Amino acid sequence: MKKMLLASVALVLAQAVTDGGALAEVESQDPIKITTHDWSGNIISANIMSEVLRKAGYNTELVQADYLAQFAGLKTGDLDLAMEIWATTGTDALEEAVATGNVVNFGETGMISREEWWYPAYMEERCPGLPDWRALLDCADAFATPETAPNGRYLGGPVTWGGYDEERVEALGLPFEVVHAGTDAALFAELQAAYERKDPIILWIYQPHWAPAKYEGKFIEFPPYEPACYSDPAWGENPDMAYDCGKPLGPIWKAGWVGLEKKWPGAAKIIRNFTVTNDEMGAMVYKADVEGMSIEAVVAEWMAANEAKWQAWIQ
Amino acid sequence: MIRGRAASWAFWLGLAGITAVLSLNGKEIAQATGLSWLTKYPQAWQLHLDRQISAALKWLLEEATFGPFQFRDFTRLLSALIEAPYTLLRNLVVDGFAWGRGQQAVPILPPMAWLPVILGFGLLALRLGGARLAVLVTAAFLYLLLFGLWQSAMVTLVSVVIAVPLGVLGGAALGILAFRVRWIDRALRPVLDLMQTVPVFAYLVPILFLFGFGPMAALVATVIYAMPPMVRITTIGLRGVPEEVVEAGRMAGCTRRQLLWKVQLPSARRMMMVGVNQVIMLTLNMVIIASMIGAGGLGYDVLTALRKLDVGRGVEAGFGIVVLAIALDKLSQAAANRGPRDPSGGSWLYRHRWILAWAAVVVASYPLAMAIPPLAVYPAGWQLSTGGFWSAVVSWINLNLYDQIEAVKVAALTWVLVPVKTFLLGIPWAWGLVLAGTIAGGIGGWRLGVMAVLMTGFIITAGLWPEAMITIYLCGVSVVIAMLIGVPIGILAGQNDRAYGVVTLILDTLQTLPSFVYLIPVVMLFKVGDFSAMIAVVMYAIVPAIRYAAVGIRGVDPQLVEAGIVSGCTRGQLIRKVKLPLAMPSILLGLNQTIMLAISMLVITALVGTRDLGQEVYIALTKANAGKGIVAGLAVAFIAMMSDRIITAAIARRTAARETHA
Repeated sequence: MKKMLLASVALVLAQAVTDGGALAEVESQDPIKITTHDWSGNIISANIMSEVLRKAGYNTELVQADYLAQFAGLKTGDLDLAMEIWATTGTDALEEAVATGNVVNFGETGMISREEWWYPAYMEERCPGLPDWRALLDCADAFATPETAPNGRYLGGPVTWGGYDEERVEALGLPFEVVHAGTDAALFAELQAAYERKDPIILWIYQPHWAPAKYEGKFIEFPPYEPACYSDPAWGENPDMAYDCGKPLGPIWKAGWVGLEKKWPGAAKIIRNFTVTNDEMGAMVYKADVEGMSIEAVVAEWMAANEAKWQAWIQ
Repeated sequence: MIRGRAASWAFWLGLAGITAVLSLNGKEIAQATGLSWLTKYPQAWQLHLDRQISAALKWLLEEATFGPFQFRDFTRLLSALIEAPYTLLRNLVVDGFAWGRGQQAVPILPPMAWLPVILGFGLLALRLGGARLAVLVTAAFLYLLLFGLWQSAMVTLVSVVIAVPLGVLGGAALGILAFRVRWIDRALRPVLDLMQTVPVFAYLVPILFLFGFGPMAALVATVIYAMPPMVRITTIGLRGVPEEVVEAGRMAGCTRRQLLWKVQLPSARRMMMVGVNQVIMLTLNMVIIASMIGAGGLGYDVLTALRKLDVGRGVEAGFGIVVLAIALDKLSQAAANRGPRDPSGGSWLYRHRWILAWAAVVVASYPLAMAIPPLAVYPAGWQLSTGGFWSAVVSWINLNLYDQIEAVKVAALTWVLVPVKTFLLGIPWAWGLVLAGTIAGGIGGWRLGVMAVLMTGFIITAGLWPEAMITIYLCGVSVVIAMLIGVPIGILAGQNDRAYGVVTLILDTLQTLPSFVYLIPVVMLFKVGDFSAMIAVVMYAIVPAIRYAAVGIRGVDPQLVEAGIVSGCTRGQLIRKVKLPLAMPSILLGLNQTIMLAISMLVITALVGTRDLGQEVYIALTKANAGKGIVAGLAVAFIAMMSDRIITAAIARRTAARETHA
């Protein structure tokens, strides 16, 4: 026992000496605390960022945190960096936090979230003319349930995601009723069950996510979004109402504690450089969630395949 | 007497009649008379308390100072005090001790291997409760090991080991204070109500600011939620100590302090253990929400699994929480039931043989674990898993029983849920205010009436009237169903020891299994909507309905039952005429607790998309609007407190009436 202890102390000293040499160049050896949430895509982004910062000599630590509650930690410096703030779900919280002056937006991650009404492929027979949105005008009964009949049932995201679906239904005259799922888990639970039974369903789906890869189906093609559509009633299909178009694409941002930039200026630069594409992320999320690969393995694979890319972030 | 009764019936019927007319025709009447503000509370009249609360919070969090210190420094100090033992324990069993932080930390001592941990708990159980308990506790920990939940379970265990003593000691101290000092008791009661009924999400953001992000904030939130029963039960237990016992203590010349420590507290011990049980259960109940703010552990496993729709993994991790709760609860009960230690002789070594043996195993385990890696980390290849079993079960039900399920659901919606909802939402707010005041005043006297008017007024002026009505509708329907199912089960189980044992086990499971685990399968089968929410609420809130009914029946004096048998009661008569009336106070207490639990589930039902006050709290959290969250949280608490007070008053009236009869 004593021998082991001595050995490990020696090991510690030896490592401290060598590490000290290699890492002298970075500004601070305090760990940069990166948050992880409860979906795989985010954990993958956080792990990639952590790995890259580590290669550059920084010390990092991954901390589990709730997506929205984390802003309290980012404002005080208890947490340093959040890798995925979606424009679609986190804009309010992010803007509020940035307005306090304690949180900084570190720019886009390169991923663009797409969200729209989505239906499984087997619905095309029951509602010919899909994916054009006009088809929905005539086949509400194909999507109806006892609670909503004669209207169709559209399963929207949690109320907190916004999205203006009630307005869209009214502006485009769609014979649909909007029902909100409370969480994203509930949303996909219902999809899974309906898909198994080949039951009618039309719901809010977003990308990058594993669902569009696992289930066969398509997004509805609404009139494409333009800023004028949301602000100017005269625009588009319905001359008297706004929101007569699809949903905008939204970037996914990186955000962090304001002190990060002062404490680790070099790291802040690397963080700003970080980008991955939707396709890269979609493939990684599929491997983790559908094929059951461990997140570490997925990240290691990406790191090995994209050395040139992340080396460029560090330079 | 008869006349008084008839008048009272007429009064309540009249009230119901007016409510029905107003609910069904309120809109038309209001439009005809041009008083539409009576049905829809005008936005211009809202008080915007939320903005003031937000401003006050901002001041407290960012500016409040005393001397050179900020208020936040003080809370951060507290947080550091709790963090020290937490970190120590966590390093011991989860992370190991290391030099430095983050990824570059260098390990000094690895975490304790699983073998000594299991052995330690097994020996402790053997010592406290004998072989049966030892088997049970060991099995629980083996479950965690075999199903690959070890690491997460240890993280959860560490926070429970810190939170439970805080809750128990803090609760007992407050309870003793309340017992001794009358005004503290008075002041504490509403505070305890708030602690139990304001949804955690409502005050999550301020807590994160004050106590820092991560396990500490989660611990604080857990203790706030889990402590109140301990306070209440301590006070009740101390009050319940028979006067003769206290008198005997006084005669023996006890000082006040001796009286408390040597006479009153030991006499109340049995009662206080109920409080310990509740603290443990509620602590484990918070595991999911705690994991949302960085506590990690089993709750986090449940959440991530369900986000991938991996029902099987979610169920496994959920049952991990259950077995941990049951093991810890049985251990604490055994510790309390153990009589005074035998002052037997023997050398120091002999008396401490168990601890010494265990310490030897601990020491030996470190080099052993280094030599044999499976001892350090249980290999993934040897783990058990239910695999796709649970997903397959849900899938099978989904494919084969869907039509029947759908039929039941549609029937419930069209005949019960939708009519009740429309009726409640139809009640104009102005009449709602009158109604709340009249009901509360009619049952509990003018003070209660004034309180109900003020609280309802708060909800209305916050612009939350429709949300409050949906809350009452969802909780009301669920409570009725839970009572209809739960009370008969409780009555049956109460008459048979074996059945009672089985039912208790199921109840403990239901109470600690995170509702999120069954919420997702429920959504798969019943779709997003009020029906799914109702099922989740009923499953959780049925526990006290069953438990209190069973306890009430078991508590019936056997002599009275004997008397019933002698006077020729049939079995049915015995239950209806003797046991039920005697068990009534306990059943009504069960009703009260059922309502409380139903209301506390609102936050969870918000996750399937109901539009009630729980959803308001959740929206406030996502919009980072602390004031709005607290206002909605208070509205939830007020509904809970009103129903609590009204039912308590009704029970008191009933008992009083019975006594005057007799």
